[in-house]
Amino acid sequence: MLQAAVAERLEDMKDSFGYPQSVLVLGGSSDIAGATLIELVKQRCRTVVLAGRNRDAMGSLATELHSFGATVVDLVDFDAVDVKTHEQIISNIFTKYKNIDLVLIAFGILGNQNEGEEDPLKAVCVAETNFTGAVSTCLWTVKYFKHQGYGTLVVLSSLAAERVRKNNFIYGATKAGLDGFAQGLGDSLVGSGIKVMIVRPGFVLTKMTKGTKSAPMPVTPDVVARSIVKGLELGKEIVWIPPFMRIVMSLVRHLPRPIFRQIKI
Amino acid sequence: MSRELLTGWGRTTPSAAEVLHPKTVAELTQMISLAGKRGIIARGLGRSYGDGAQCGGGLVVDTTDIKGVIQEDWEAGSFKVAAGTSLDNLIRYCLPHGWFLPVTPGTRFITVGGAVASDVHGKNHHKDGTFSRYVNSFTIVTPTSTLLATPDINSDIFWATAGGMGLTGILTEVTLSMIRIETAHMLVDIERTQDLDETMSKMEEGDESYRYSVAWLDCLATGKHLGRGILMRGDHAKSTDMSIGLRKFHSRHQSGKQNADTSLLEFNPTVRLQIPSNIPSGLLNRATVKIFNEIWFQKAPRKLLRKLLPLVSFFYPLDSLGNWNRLYGPAGFIQYQFVVPFGAAGELKKAIELIATSKYAAFLAVLKRFGPSGNGLLSFPMSGWTLALDIPLGAPGLAELLNKLDELIAGCEGRVYLTKDSRLTPELLPVMYPRLSEFKEIVKKTDPQGVFTSDLSRRLDLVSH
Ligand SMILES: Cc1cc2nc3c(=O)[nH]c(=O)nc-3n(C[C@H](O)[C@H](O)[C@H](O)COP(=O)(O)OP(=O)(O)OC[C@H]3O[C@@H](n4cnc5c(N)ncnc54)[C@H](O)[C@@H]3O)c2cc1C
Ligand SMILES: NC(=O)c1ccc[n+]([C@@H]2O[C@H](COP(=O)([O-])OP(=O)(O)OC[C@H]3O[C@@H](n4cnc5c(N)ncnc54)[C@H](OP(=O)(O)O)[C@@H]3O)[C@@H](O)[C@H]2O)c1
Repeated sequence: MLQAAVAERLEDMKDSFGYPQSVLVLGGSSDIAGATLIELVKQRCRTVVLAGRNRDAMGSLATELHSFGATVVDLVDFDAVDVKTHEQIISNIFTKYKNIDLVLIAFGILGNQNEGEEDPLKAVCVAETNFTGAVSTCLWTVKYFKHQGYGTLVVLSSLAAERVRKNNFIYGATKAGLDGFAQGLGDSLVGSGIKVMIVRPGFVLTKMTKGTKSAPMPVTPDVVARSIVKGLELGKEIVWIPPFMRIVMSLVRHLPRPIFRQIKI
Repeated sequence: MSRELLTGWGRTTPSAAEVLHPKTVAELTQMISLAGKRGIIARGLGRSYGDGAQCGGGLVVDTTDIKGVIQEDWEAGSFKVAAGTSLDNLIRYCLPHGWFLPVTPGTRFITVGGAVASDVHGKNHHKDGTFSRYVNSFTIVTPTSTLLATPDINSDIFWATAGGMGLTGILTEVTLSMIRIETAHMLVDIERTQDLDETMSKMEEGDESYRYSVAWLDCLATGKHLGRGILMRGDHAKSTDMSIGLRKFHSRHQSGKQNADTSLLEFNPTVRLQIPSNIPSGLLNRATVKIFNEIWFQKAPRKLLRKLLPLVSFFYPLDSLGNWNRLYGPAGFIQYQFVVPFGAAGELKKAIELIATSKYAAFLAVLKRFGPSGNGLLSFPMSGWTLALDIPLGAPGLAELLNKLDELIAGCEGRVYLTKDSRLTPELLPVMYPRLSEFKEIVKKTDPQGVFTSDLSRRLDLVSH
């Protein structure tokens, strides 16, 4: 019912401000993605494709996006871990919509550090989702971006990627891997018309962090969303949330390990 | 064929495409059949500010290798030229014989094809209309055929192409009428105005007695100086005008030409300074632009009548700076140009106020009164006030301001200029261009498969396939 109420308009193009008219979200039920889409629809986004596992959650987001003015919200089944299916899913979407201006990589799991240490298979699942799944989807996306001659890839990394902590090293390492991958990918694409923007939020109050102990200065998803939109407008390669964390993290990154491992964060 | 990253003159919204450089019309015609699903579009000298001459992932046909005058009638001043010919070349060719462009934009580095596709206007629009009015015929290659169009033969295609942003096909030859002039100089009246009311009323009262008229506005001045400007109005100098001013003028320019007649029509401008490619963004910010505008304004004479100016400095003040768009740095800039009907002077004031009181560094803006619109279905000019201004990208919130201006302009049946646009939303397009649906119908006939596509047409749904 919510699927592609086939719109009159079939093609899209981002504008001078980097604002997209069509967006694909991989991890379509993410809270951060939902808030970001609302901001983008308030700008000029009209076509949204939500790809994910949770149809109910994506369905209610679709209703909300329509109320903000989206004309097409399409739901597609997608599992980040099932890498063999990615090519087909992404290719179908690019073929159906002719242009996808922006792809947001929003899926991810926090996992549980202790459980992961107990049962390495659980840790592997975190790695397969956050890292392997992202490597696969980013690379397929870039293939289709190259074909259309432009595109913006937004990757949700994390402050945790900047320096991996001992009490969260499974998740942190997957994000560090992803972050490095996205940086290299972005550098390799300079001059191609394709941009990669890396987003590094601190603690965000979403269903992922629900029930975990909050880090200092938690932010809401709409703060992240507004930072993403501003980052697009200013053509940023990396977006820090909150912005001053760029300076804090550059200090943290240079702390000697014996000191760093003493710190409780 | 090579893959290149293309942008418009504003250097925003880059996209990569395969660029083709045909050397003959036959080659060009064949290339259209190479177009795949991502489409094809013509490109001239890339002086449009937005994304009209780009086609991400598709083919872009660089038309500038096919140039030159094909047929000439020196008596009538009618010239058949290849569409890739630049206005600069055309002026150099015709001016020594006393013929000049009937309509010229603020740069001579555009192609004749681009001039038709944007149906460009000049400082004489209130008297003489747009470029297409002087086009007697053209040849256009569409995906289905090559055809000749005039205002009488294939007139629907003619008027869809004038201002049609390359979406009806690729122009290969254009026949146009030039105008007679006696000298390469202008006789200009310059006047400073203190505020918007004075600027507007001076233009309303005096414009009709000038062939060319334009006002430069200081869009950063606020309060009682809001809308202050410099009026520059005039006409081509006659040889008799020159004999008065000639001695003075020539002694100042130390020109040693013996033959007065040819020297009167001499046109040999050069690009004096190339802007390097490594200027950072932010050089043109509100503070620096404010200083520039202030100097510009203060150095203008309060009132100076019948000043002789070389044609180049009157029409093409920016052309002596090569690649001046690089001054804005890699972030690029937006040129926003709109027109509102004369009845909407209130909206014009509101728009200037919004711009002047915003935090953005709007560079010298150009205000002009347009005459009645022509027949081009997507042609921009219509009776009313038009304002054009440059704003650098990079300060957050600019999108919101421009969206607000769009609403204001659409609300009073005004429109923004597509050849300068890179950010309008598709929803407002039919409001601003009420003949859009007629245009789409004609394109369906000339291009049933929807081969001609540009980033602009994708962004604005200019064609429906
Ligand atoms: C400094 C400056 C001042 C300007 N002042 C004015 C002004 O006063 N008035 C005004 O009206 N405009 C003005 N312009 C805008 C400019 O005149 C137009 O954008 C013009 O169309 C640019 O021509 P081009 O050859 O560079 O074309 P491009 O920018 O390469 O292309 C513009 C459009 O024309 C189409 N096109 C180009 N060649 C062909 C062809 N052979 N067949 C079919 N379609 C074709 C393209 O597809 C595209 O849609 C100004 C621009 C600059 C940079
Ligand atoms: N919240 C924070 O503090 C924070 C901080 C920095 C970075 N981030 C990152 O931001 C991104 C979005 O997180 P969020 O905060 O918005 O949390 P969220 O609401 O939990 O979103 C994450 C989404 O990923 C989806 N997902 C998980 N595994 C998947 C799989 N195998 N296949 C498809 N989808 C899968 C989940 O969908 P299901 O409903 O199907 O499970 C969920 O909707 C994540 O990458 C996260 O790591 C979050």
